[in-house]
This record gives sequence, C-alpha cells and structure tokens, in this order.
Amino acid sequence: MKMITAIIKPFKLDDVREAVADIGIQGITVTEVKGFGRQRGHTELYRGAEYVVDFLPKAKIELAVADDVAEQVIEAIANTARTGKIGDGKIFVTDLAQAIRIRTGETGSEAV
Amino acid sequence: MEDIQVAAQVTELAYALDTFYFLVMGALVMWMAAGFTMLEAGLVRAKNTAEILTKNVGLYSIACIMYMLCGYSIMYPGGFEGGVFQSLSTIGSGLLTSSDNTAADVIASGGDTYYSGLSDFFFQVVFVATAMSIVSGAVAERMKLWSFFAFAVVLTGFIYPVQGFWKWGGGFLQEAGFLDFAGSGVVHLCGAAAALAGVLLLGARKGKYGKDGRINAIPGSNLPLAALGTLVLWLGWFGFNGGSQLVVSDVENSNAVALIFVNTNMAAAGGLIAALLLARFWFGKADLTMALNGALAGLVAITAEPLTPEPGVATLIGAVGGLLVVIAIVTLDKLKIDDPVGAISVHGVVGIWGLLAVCITNEEATLGAQLLGMISIFAWVFAASFIVWFILKKTVGIRVSEEEEYEGVDIGECGLEAYPEFTSAE
Repeated sequence: MKMITAIIKPFKLDDVREAVADIGIQGITVTEVKGFGRQRGHTELYRGAEYVVDFLPKAKIELAVADDVAEQVIEAIANTARTGKIGDGKIFVTDLAQAIRIRTGETGSEAV
Repeated sequence: MEDIQVAAQVTELAYALDTFYFLVMGALVMWMAAGFTMLEAGLVRAKNTAEILTKNVGLYSIACIMYMLCGYSIMYPGGFEGGVFQSLSTIGSGLLTSSDNTAADVIASGGDTYYSGLSDFFFQVVFVATAMSIVSGAVAERMKLWSFFAFAVVLTGFIYPVQGFWKWGGGFLQEAGFLDFAGSGVVHLCGAAAALAGVLLLGARKGKYGKDGRINAIPGSNLPLAALGTLVLWLGWFGFNGGSQLVVSDVENSNAVALIFVNTNMAAAGGLIAALLLARFWFGKADLTMALNGALAGLVAITAEPLTPEPGVATLIGAVGGLLVVIAIVTLDKLKIDDPVGAISVHGVVGIWGLLAVCITNEEATLGAQLLGMISIFAWVFAASFIVWFILKKTVGIRVSEEEEYEGVDIGECGLEAYPEFTSAE
C-alpha cells in the first residue's frame, strides 16, 4: 500500500476529487494548509504600505491506496492539479505499513 | 384679534418644527458615534477590538458630561444658562431646564427665538463628542485606556469649548470673518490636532516601522465593520451639516437644508470615487480602506461650506478631499506618524482643505480669515493637547507595556476579548 500526500492549489481540489473518484478511490482526507515552496509568498499593499504574505494557502490531500492503483492515482492527481504555472504543488508517496478499517477490523488492501 | 392668535400659533408651530428638526439632526449626529466606533473597530486588529469599543462609548459619555458641566458655558458664555461656571447651584435642581424659553417669550420674540435652548445644548454636545471620537482612532492599539479618558475630560470640557467660542460663541474668529459652517475647523481640525499631539508623544505601534526604514502594513481585522461604520458616518453627516443651518421652518431655509443634504452626499461620493481611483492607479489594486477614508474626506471637505456650492462643485470639493487623504495617509506613514485609521489625514489635512475651499464658492470668505482660523485652531488645540498628553505621559504614562501591546489591549485594559475562543463554561 502507498500513502499519497499531495499539496495542490485549492481551486483544483474539486477536479482532483472527481478524478480520483473516477478511478474508484473510496476516500480522501483534505486539510487546508499554508506554506511556501519555490513560488514563495507575495507582497500586497494595504493603505500604501507593503506587507508580505509568506505562506500561501494550499489544500493537502491524503489518500491511502493499494499498490496496483498507486501510479494511476498519482497520474490523475498530477494531470488534474497541473496549471503549468508556479505553485502547482507536489505529490509525496510513502510506503504504508498497515491500514485497519475500524468498524470491521479489515486490514491491508481490504481496508483502503 | 383672531389674526394675532393665528400669528401666535404659527410662531409656536414654527418653533416646534425648528426644535424638532434640530433634535432629529442632533440624534443623527449622535449616531456618528456608532460610525466612528464601527470604523475604528474594523481597522484595528482583533486583539484590540473590545478596548476600542470601550474607548468610544466611554469618550462619548465623558464628552456629554463634561460639556454639560462646563464646556457649554465656556463655548457660549452669553447664551443659554447652565454649566458649573455659570450656576453651580442649579446642579440637582433641574440643571438647564429652568431657563428654557416660555411660550410668551417665543411669541413676543416674533420668531427670533426659534428653537428650544435645550435642543441647542443637545445639538452642540454631540459635536464635541465627534471631535473626541477623532482622537481615539489615531491613538488606537497602544494607548492606556484611562489616560485616554483623562485626556477626553480636558479636551471636551476645556480645549474644544475655548476654540468653539472663538468661532461659534462669537469670539475673535467670528469677528474676523472666519467661515466654518458646520466645523471642518472647529470640530474636525480640532480633533485631528489633538490626535496628532497624542500620536507624536505616544509613538508608533510596535512593528509598524522596521529598522531599515521599512513601513509595515498592519491590516485591520474587520472590513465589513469598517464599511458599515463609514456608511453610518455618512448618514450622521446629514445631521451634522444639515442641522447646522439651525432653522428649517420657511421655504428659504428648508431649501437650504435640502441643498446641504445634497451637497453633503455628493461630496462623500466624489471623495470615495477619487480615493478609490487614486489607490487603484497608485497601488495597483482597489484598496477598500482608502475608499472609505475617501468618503469621509469628502464629507470633512464640504463641512466648512455645504451651502454655497452647486452640487457639481460640491462633488469636486469632496473629490479633492479624497485625493488629499490618500496622499496624506502615505505621507504620514513615511514620516513615521502612525495613525491606524487615518484620522489625522481625514480630519486634519482635509479639514484644512475644507476651510480653504470655502473661498471657492462663498464670496464673503477671505483667504486671510480662513488662514487665521485654521492656524488659531490648530495652534491652540495642538499646543494645549500636547501639554496635557505630556503631563499624562510623565505622571501616569500614556502607553501600555510592550508585552501588553503584543497580547492585545483587550485583555490588558478590559480583561475581556471581543472574540473569545477556547473558553469553558465550567
């Protein structure tokens, strides 16, 4: 199993959700996060004085998936979240040691 | 005989109408306290909201009491009876009310006495509160609450009434031909001069100006409140300017009041659009807070003379105010004079413009008299305020500790928060 964590532009969240649902993914976890990458922050003016927005809002989505669909999910997220402009985000993939569905006690691929 | 009775009834009716108009206009001006309160609450940070609300309701009440005790009688020494300086003995025995006009006096005056003396007191008292409201925004987020209140006592009980007497009480500025219809100078420049003196002694908010000369923005916490406050002020200003005609009960005067309403409204609109456009072209984006200040600047600009301009000219006078206020806010920031809500720019810089703009449309105005009024008011209020602030600074202090400023003056001064979180009922 893989844990796929993607940081994406918030306005792409709905598209990504639909794309992974089309593949048959049953659940994702979404968090509103802030941070910076190579896009850095940006400056704004308030009453003529500059202020720096260091951390930009992003959406973090997490999906636990079976090994055989992982590549497909990664591709779907990358394709839908991509605008080609700086700040599109990143996808991190880690091995997932175990998953348990709390209600039934199912484990492993059955549980994701 | 019947004719005389009818004439007397008409005189009484006109008196009633003018008094009613005066009171309603005064009530509108009272509502400007709500406008200032909301505007300032919106432009400070959330951690300082409850304190700025406390300041505003407190200063309003202090202004009312001090003006009753002594302010009114200093400002109008020959006029209506009342105040400690004139009649200490009347306190508790129907202060002010015993000497209001009787029907016989009113009829005998043949219309020269056209409103209740108490209605005049009420109308004047809400003006002094307006002047004091201007100060609270400029010193927001870092001043000790009780030092501010102490200053409010002196400004509303003494500093404001003295210069008010110079103009509206029949003093030397009135005699010199200085024109200030509803108070661009007497109210707005006065408030701004007191605020400037306070800000200079108080210093900037921590973090506002960086070591290398950087100017940091400290965005306000609630722009919906700031917008609401501005619109409330806009509404209240119809009373401020419209009521200053003092009489409405004949065709000429009611037309004048109508023109004042229209001009006041147009000047605010002109100021808002001018400030919004300037901000858009200068900063690249439509800064709402500048637009709001622009509307207020338009209102301040037209206050010295809302009666003689045509509505088109009033719009332009307001628009110039709107441009000036944006430039003034940026300039004061460069001078490291930290005014979180732009009060000194709106009421001071544009107040001066309003006084000068009288010369454009009023043939009776002279530049010399306008300059004399402007300089006299500014010099007196600034100097007197500076001394009071200075004494407060050297005795009880005017600034909260650095730690309290960081934590927010809500908790430090009021022991509560405007928006409490993580509280438990148990």
